Amino acid sequence: MSRVKTLQSLFKRYRRPGDIVFAWLILIFSIFMLLQIGDQTAYKSGGKLFAQPRFWPAVSLGLMTVFAAFHLLGSALSERIEGRWREVLSWLAAFEYAGWFIAYAASVPYGGYLPTTVLFAVALSLRAGYRSVRMLSAAILSSIVIVVLFKAVLKVNLPSGLIYETLPDGLRQFMLTYF
Amino acid sequence: MENLYAGLEMLARWDVVLALFVGSIGGVIIGAIPGVGPAVAIAILLPATFSLDPIVGLTMLLGIYGSSMYGGAIPAILINTPGTAVNALTSYDGYPMTQKGEGHRALSLAYSASFWGGIFGIGCLILLSPVLALIAPMFGSREIFLAALLGIILVVLAHRGQIFAAGVLAMFGIFLQTVGLDAVTYTQRYTFGYSFLSSGINLIVVVLGLFALSQAFFLLTAPDNVPDAKSVQGKMTSGIKELMKHKRVATVASAFGVVLGMIPGTGEFTAQFMSYTYAQKTSKNPELFGKGSPEGLIASEAANNAVPAAAMIPLLALGIPGEALTAMMLSVFYVHNVIPGPQLFQNNIDLVYGLYFALILLNVIVMIFLLFSTNLLTKIIRVPTRFLGVMILILSFVGVYSLRNSLTDCMISAAFGVLGLILKRLNLPIVPIILGMVLGGIMEIKLRSAMPRLKTPFDMIDRPISFILFAIIVLVLAVHLRTLIKEYRAQQGPEDHDLHDSQTR
Repeated sequence: MSRVKTLQSLFKRYRRPGDIVFAWLILIFSIFMLLQIGDQTAYKSGGKLFAQPRFWPAVSLGLMTVFAAFHLLGSALSERIEGRWREVLSWLAAFEYAGWFIAYAASVPYGGYLPTTVLFAVALSLRAGYRSVRMLSAAILSSIVIVVLFKAVLKVNLPSGLIYETLPDGLRQFMLTYF
Repeated sequence: MENLYAGLEMLARWDVVLALFVGSIGGVIIGAIPGVGPAVAIAILLPATFSLDPIVGLTMLLGIYGSSMYGGAIPAILINTPGTAVNALTSYDGYPMTQKGEGHRALSLAYSASFWGGIFGIGCLILLSPVLALIAPMFGSREIFLAALLGIILVVLAHRGQIFAAGVLAMFGIFLQTVGLDAVTYTQRYTFGYSFLSSGINLIVVVLGLFALSQAFFLLTAPDNVPDAKSVQGKMTSGIKELMKHKRVATVASAFGVVLGMIPGTGEFTAQFMSYTYAQKTSKNPELFGKGSPEGLIASEAANNAVPAAAMIPLLALGIPGEALTAMMLSVFYVHNVIPGPQLFQNNIDLVYGLYFALILLNVIVMIFLLFSTNLLTKIIRVPTRFLGVMILILSFVGVYSLRNSLTDCMISAAFGVLGLILKRLNLPIVPIILGMVLGGIMEIKLRSAMPRLKTPFDMIDRPISFILFAIIVLVLAVHLRTLIKEYRAQQGPEDHDLHDSQTR
């Protein structure tokens, strides 16, 4: 018993709920990657060990697995903190916003940078729970400022939208260049 | 002397001056808003700076880096919410002072101490540069390899209480940079047959995901909150006089900042904790610490502001970044084909001096700006946090997409955003991943180029600098083991789960 106690104190760490879930996930990930090393990297016969293309993946994944195993051990030996699955749910909630981001990125080449950004800012502000005219106009205004700053002033490399092609001649060129 | 003039000349351009103003004032504002730190801002602006001249882009990013901590002190002192992660200790003494009605005194002291630390750091950088120019050429491939290895070891060990997690993440970073086509043997590594993985995983895509997108997700999934800081009355210059009574604390704290800023992987946190402990131990009123001690405030602010200048030392002289922000700046150098390292001091010394002057100027600009606009800033920081999340998401898109107009990059970045959110919520560090990627790449290249000259493993350490570096590595590991054993024997009480509560900003 005393030996178990000392082992526990050695691995006791600062942690939050859900730590053990992360510990399992990262360990499974590193073991999976390590198992792929034969397929996914090459070994040139005759070459020096340190110059092998396999060397650094092997070192990093090997050590990653070791660290992950200890991390899991530490997590398993520490006192359980309630709220593990609630925490995991909050991780999953982030996927919704990742989806918003990807949808936004996917629609810019079609809808044009300015219209898509303004729409996205308003829609996401509504999703975030803002209903007041003040906040929504702030969202519109800020998104216009961002577009003007990056596309028109800094000339950052962003695609011009397909939608602009439908505009009349003079306006089309202007929108394609600046917005 | 000629080079000094050349450096000054570099700054005497309207676009550089503009970048300096935008960077330093923008940095103060970004630092002052709880929820966005310099890492988010630099990650977003990084791709935009690639089209600018190196000196313009670098002064802007340097401005944000150097000035954000000034701004971060405002919410730390007034509402007990550090504006940037490194202002955490400032709130220990700053907020109790505000509660006692001394908010104005605390702020002016914080600014003065920050200025002291900032200028002290730059002074050391300037004084050290002749030495650096002398030592840097002695760094060959194996020395740089060992220095990068030391950086990795230190960044892992610096996360006390989370060493296994930091180790996992640092190794994950090293692994990430190996994905793609190997540059020497042209073999695929972990591409799983996908063509988009052949060119590797882009550092900036990862940085934007881990720092910017994750912050947006974090703010959007958390309850909405509006930081509410009250305005303060009084002259901001009064802090300078009071600082003069605590010159010793300010200087020692700045020195801690410089020394720890130079060492890769340690940075602001360790510097702050060490100087705070020093100030408390040598103070006449140690009982006041944590309850509104001006010395504690000075120690923490002087230490963290001395770091940016010092962090430039390994970056410029060896090309080795010591923390996430300088790692990001390294990519600006690379894009412009200016490779930091020993040759920089021989070929581009004017750029180096230009950066020094930019650092001095930015401290002066920020100080003057803050003396007049603190109350304005207390109004600006009242941005609701979810709204801030929406804005960060829109801005991150510019950063990721402008790199090479790739939707795949956006998806990879979003995936790293979710990973970053998990790490933030678990209070695990993000920096080891970034340093692992950058230092891992450096280690692989340098070890390969050192290979032909190595007959036996001992050749690795048969030169003075490489031997010293090796000795330091052994020493660091030994000291760490010793503290572990000591702590184990001492059997400490329950640990503070929030000691590293630093990842959420």
